[in-house]
Amino acid sequence: MMLIPENEVLKQELKGVAERYDNKRSALMPMLQMVQSRHSRISEFAMQVIADMLDIHPVEVHGVVSFYSFLNSEPKGRFIIRLCRTISCSMQNKDRVARQLENDLGIEFGQTTGDGKFTLEWTNCLGHCDEGPALLVNDKIHVKLTPEKVHDILEECRSTFGLHAAQKKEGGNH
Amino acid sequence: MLQKKFGEDVSRAPIAQRGQKVEKSEGEGIGANIKVTIDGKELRVPVGTTILDAAKQLGIRIPTLCYHEDLCVAGVCRVCVVEVEGQRTLQASCAYHVTQPVAVQTHTRKVRHARRHVIDLLLSRHYGNCYACGRNNNCELQALAKEYGVDFFRFGHLEQPLHVEDHSSHSVFRDMNKCVLCRRCVRTCIDFQEVGVYEAAHRSEETKIETFVDKPLADVVCINCGQCINRCPTAALRANDQTDDVWAAIDDPTKHVVMQTAPSPRAGIGECFGLEPGHPLTFQLNTALRLAGFDKIFDTNFAADLTIIEEGTELLQRLYAALVLKDASTALPMFTSCSPGWVKYIEHFYQEYLPHLSSCKSPQQMFGSLIKTYYAQKNNIDPASIVNVALMPCSAKKFECNRPEMCASGFKDVNYGLTTRECAKMLSEAGIDLPKMTKSDFDDPFGTATGSGVIFGATGGVMEAALRTVVELVTGVKVENFFDHADIIPVRGFEGIKYAEIPVKEVGLVPDLVKHLFQDWNWLKGAAIKVGVCHGTSYAKKVLEDIKAGGRFSECHFIEFMACPGGCLGGGGQPIPTSPAIRAARAKAIYSEDRAYSVRKSHENPAILQVYNEFLTDGPCGHKSHELLHTHYIPRGKFIP
Repeated sequence: MMLIPENEVLKQELKGVAERYDNKRSALMPMLQMVQSRHSRISEFAMQVIADMLDIHPVEVHGVVSFYSFLNSEPKGRFIIRLCRTISCSMQNKDRVARQLENDLGIEFGQTTGDGKFTLEWTNCLGHCDEGPALLVNDKIHVKLTPEKVHDILEECRSTFGLHAAQKKEGGNH
Repeated sequence: MLQKKFGEDVSRAPIAQRGQKVEKSEGEGIGANIKVTIDGKELRVPVGTTILDAAKQLGIRIPTLCYHEDLCVAGVCRVCVVEVEGQRTLQASCAYHVTQPVAVQTHTRKVRHARRHVIDLLLSRHYGNCYACGRNNNCELQALAKEYGVDFFRFGHLEQPLHVEDHSSHSVFRDMNKCVLCRRCVRTCIDFQEVGVYEAAHRSEETKIETFVDKPLADVVCINCGQCINRCPTAALRANDQTDDVWAAIDDPTKHVVMQTAPSPRAGIGECFGLEPGHPLTFQLNTALRLAGFDKIFDTNFAADLTIIEEGTELLQRLYAALVLKDASTALPMFTSCSPGWVKYIEHFYQEYLPHLSSCKSPQQMFGSLIKTYYAQKNNIDPASIVNVALMPCSAKKFECNRPEMCASGFKDVNYGLTTRECAKMLSEAGIDLPKMTKSDFDDPFGTATGSGVIFGATGGVMEAALRTVVELVTGVKVENFFDHADIIPVRGFEGIKYAEIPVKEVGLVPDLVKHLFQDWNWLKGAAIKVGVCHGTSYAKKVLEDIKAGGRFSECHFIEFMACPGGCLGGGGQPIPTSPAIRAARAKAIYSEDRAYSVRKSHENPAILQVYNEFLTDGPCGHKSHELLHTHYIPRGKFIP
């Protein structure tokens, strides 16, 4: 079996996406989303490779990555929890949910836990104003939150993270 | 007008943002002129003209901030808003292209209030006090505040800086606390120069102009050209100020402070003293600098002449290797290496073409090493006590003189590169009113220069100077026989990319100067010297891509590259503001100076011949000249690890 460096793998993956879009600038978002979903962050290396393939400047890629909340260049936790901070959720006691999250995880909003499992963030409206407060765990929505439910959500995350969980997930994909 | 002629897809900006250069059209009917009424005055303009341009033609002033003549349209600052009849909201006049008859009001109550509001908002996030600012009295934000009578901070004022200043670069100093997010630097760097250092990052109120992942400027791919400095409306971007160090050297009696002045700052510095662009103050500057305390004033043109001899010889050597010896490894076309911004550009973006770059140092560095060797020996001065200051139109020269390989004399060849603006500041500190100075000449032993050195300041100048010399060396016939007054017009002008062919119909005897290298010129007989000229790195990129693709520039023999638009006269160290008209006026000044010189060809400069007789005795491109006057380059690449 041949060992391929991680960076080479990334280059090949990106090349595939870029070619699908004819190596045009319009390939930028799909490429970024691909890197984000597979590597959960967009490294400086990835940004420069993308820029090189699309014949744009790395700083333009950085501009786009920093613009979107769902793209990040710095490593974040395995589970990114985004709690809605807009008015409907606020009226439904989102503050109590927020306090519970902070207490359970031992971090403030904008921070990542020391073990790299959880990142806590604010978000704007998730479109679930009728069943607030709402939060996102990665791509999964949780609604009608109470401080009690926070514990269950975090436990669910913890139980799906780790070696067994990863194997289970890969098996599920096939 | 900035002409973009070569190639089709000239701008990377989206089509809607590109500067629409509209041709004048006559007649009526579809596609013809459209009636624009501004403040009751009528005008007919071609389709696509902006309201701002139409107002300019009518002599109506609309204030602008993010708009810049050289750059594509952004429409972000909203200072230029006007009321357009039939439109509910105010429109940015710089971004409103006329497609049907419009009636515009430029100073209604609504407009005035909106503009004042915009300025108040800009000021609320602008940290600093005008009297403690490098751009005091030359700041577009300050001017706008005055124009709209701002006398208090309606939305408050920052009491503490929000960002750390970036002093990392030798050339460009960034203070984002003064940034008003006009994105001129972004458009300059990405679209105008195609280097791509800055971009607006983050979103909404957190928006900030950042380098790649907010790295210090010294760590990213910046070529130090300083075009962003020239276009920044505030003091967010400035050249690294070294005047204090220079003053310290002047005040130190043990130091022998030598100043060399380049032609472009001399053509531009008058603008810092209230003169219209296009008034060269070469000889007044000599008097002024002596008054300020410099011990000797030399003319960089001497070194420019030397560059021509060295570079011309190098070109002939390369041609000989390629045409006669059939050496396939000879790198042709040869590229000029006078512009440190361009050198860094090719080191970063086209490192595979580094062998094409002439190994000659730039005139500044050639002079630096000669002053600390030849001049020091001749006058019995300890080179360690010499402080070399170079007055340059350039911010990249600050980087160049700090390159580690620039120590041929055993010392730092050039200690400080001063920009035109810094020099003007030093003179005003010394209470010197430059335009009122009497004229005086440069100091010996380099006193005399030629017109060829002067035109180095304009795009095409290096090429013209080189051709004047090479043509005469090879044909033995005066260049005036081929070109009227030795003005080689095909390489002049502001087109982004120029191409010319100079046929060599007859050849003469090999002059003494290069006898040690060539026996005869017969191998050049009947050939045509193909040359290219380009300025601005966006055009350099096009030429290099053309060479890569095997286009006509790949068959050239010699190509002049300048990093800045217009050549050195549009450099990043020149007085602010800059515009195509200002650069054209400076070019005119430079070419008129050239005409005034009695000696206009580098190889006829007696001081040059003296240097080769006395010091560089093994001739152009000899061993000693290679040691002192030539350099090597570093493949840097564009990837930041």
